[in-house]
Amino acid sequence: MKRNGVAFWSGAAVFLAAVFAMTQVVGNQYPFFAGYVILQFIALAVAWSILGGYAGYVNFGTSAFFGVGVYTSVFLVSAFGAPLPLQILTGAAVGALMGFALGLLTLRMQGIYFSIATIALTIIIETTITNWRYVGGAAGIQIQRPAVTAPFDSYVQMLFFVQALLVVLAVAISRYIQNSWIGRGLQALRDDELAAECTGVPTLRLKLIACVISGALMCAVGAPAAMYLQYADPGSAFNLNYSVTTLAMSLIGGTAHWSGPIIGAIVLGTTQQFLTVTISSEVNVLVLGVMLVLFVVGAPEGIIGLVRKLRGNRKEGEA
Amino acid sequence: MFSLDLLLDAVVIGVLLGCFYGAVSLGLSVSFGLLDVPHVAHPAFLVLASYAVYFLNENYAVDPLVAGILITPVFFLFGLATYRLYYETFEKRGSDAGVRGIAFFFGVAFIIEVLIILQFGVDQRSVTADYIGKAWRLGDIRIPYRLLVAFAIATALTVLLTLYLSRTFMGRAIRAVAQDQEALRLMGTNPVKIKQWAFGIATAVLGIAGALLIIVAPVDPTLGRAYIGRTFCVVVMAGLGSMSGTLVAAIILGVAESIVLTMFGASWAPAISFAILLGILAVRPQGLFGRRP
Repeated sequence: MKRNGVAFWSGAAVFLAAVFAMTQVVGNQYPFFAGYVILQFIALAVAWSILGGYAGYVNFGTSAFFGVGVYTSVFLVSAFGAPLPLQILTGAAVGALMGFALGLLTLRMQGIYFSIATIALTIIIETTITNWRYVGGAAGIQIQRPAVTAPFDSYVQMLFFVQALLVVLAVAISRYIQNSWIGRGLQALRDDELAAECTGVPTLRLKLIACVISGALMCAVGAPAAMYLQYADPGSAFNLNYSVTTLAMSLIGGTAHWSGPIIGAIVLGTTQQFLTVTISSEVNVLVLGVMLVLFVVGAPEGIIGLVRKLRGNRKEGEA
Repeated sequence: MFSLDLLLDAVVIGVLLGCFYGAVSLGLSVSFGLLDVPHVAHPAFLVLASYAVYFLNENYAVDPLVAGILITPVFFLFGLATYRLYYETFEKRGSDAGVRGIAFFFGVAFIIEVLIILQFGVDQRSVTADYIGKAWRLGDIRIPYRLLVAFAIATALTVLLTLYLSRTFMGRAIRAVAQDQEALRLMGTNPVKIKQWAFGIATAVLGIAGALLIIVAPVDPTLGRAYIGRTFCVVVMAGLGSMSGTLVAAIILGVAESIVLTMFGASWAPAISFAILLGILAVRPQGLFGRRP
């Protein structure tokens, strides 16, 4: 376990160093625009898996948390001109509160009921924002980026690095949870909630913890998106496409291990960026949907499961 | 200013609208209410039916209602195939069907949505027929014929389906399979076949419901998202699997939407069904006429 930890943290440090070096060396802006989106989805997928993967509660409300993150920033910028770190921190705090509320509201719901409730939450919040004039209402709102600070040349490069930090944070938290009593408890309640409850697993508290952490991370990831797009409107900030993309990435990667959502998000995110550029954004949603259905039907454990199966077979062959 | 006339108007329109919501929720009341299939793609199937009706109406000038009846056999087969796939991949394997079953239908819904966009574009589509666009005056209240048609068909559809489930052999078998699948197996019947048939019926009803959807208002590819709220709100409020309950719940939703629309404006409309749904799930998950949570 200790050696794993060292490997993990040095991997994270190398990753951040590489991202930072990239912002200093690469002059073309496009890789940062595309890379930002991929990093954003890695963080979302990892955050989603804490509740959706470990606990088995299918959250369709990724867009609700993401959108609230975006609009927290919009509000802070237009009211106080708040700087980016404050936007992200406030986003995380709001997201944690929202996760807590969601957890309390859906205490008794399981399976499809929980999922439908999260869609309901998304639409209700979206409608509220649509009717809130101060943050632009249905028409949306423009956001002015402040001047960029050294050592970065452009704001997008800085956002790219900030998102990389969020990815590392999300992964570290997810990895910690998986290896701790929280993760074991969540997996127990995922397999059989009643049995877990009977054997003394505090299912209620664990679900709330998972909701809060997952929600805080998703909102924090959404917060810088306002600055990235320089524009926010309820229709796109709360678009259900965020929910289905995040869910697809997690399930395609595999939710049995913290690395699954990362793999899924990298594979799908890169494919999507490629398709959006070469064909159209509609086709990339289609590919996403088809891959989700194919994996759910054919490879329920995701890419991780496939790899494990291959390895297992090889080991059996050797023995 | 709020007046009694306005309220009366809103209630009348709401009742008609409610019956229409009942019709589009009937299929879900069978597939989700009776069979426990997490059919999130139900509204996407509904919109697909609307586009099929639009296609027939636009190219061959078929009356939308006739078109709706014409596509029901196709939708019946589509339903059989969908359930077979769902059963083979999820119900049969048993373990973990929850998460992946929900994700499966969510994915299917998005695939349908994108295919419609690729084929027909993102613009709104509507159908033409004699009864669309005219209205009937009843005192001070103006009732569009399109709502009356939807109301009549919706009521007939509900009555027919209720009779089918209570009077025919197959209908009773469907309700039996919802109550105790094991008992049926022990009696030597195949519950899977019955459930597949029931899912086919539920999807076939969507053919006509889709026609009503595009008669009542123009349709766009993402309309299914709003109807996730409406259909699930109706089915959950009714209590799973109750057909008459479905109609009552739908009328409650219709009246609520209509009143809020009149008093606060259209921009709040999408949230109403979801808010009622969330409230019911949190407070009374067994619904108003529920069989069980």
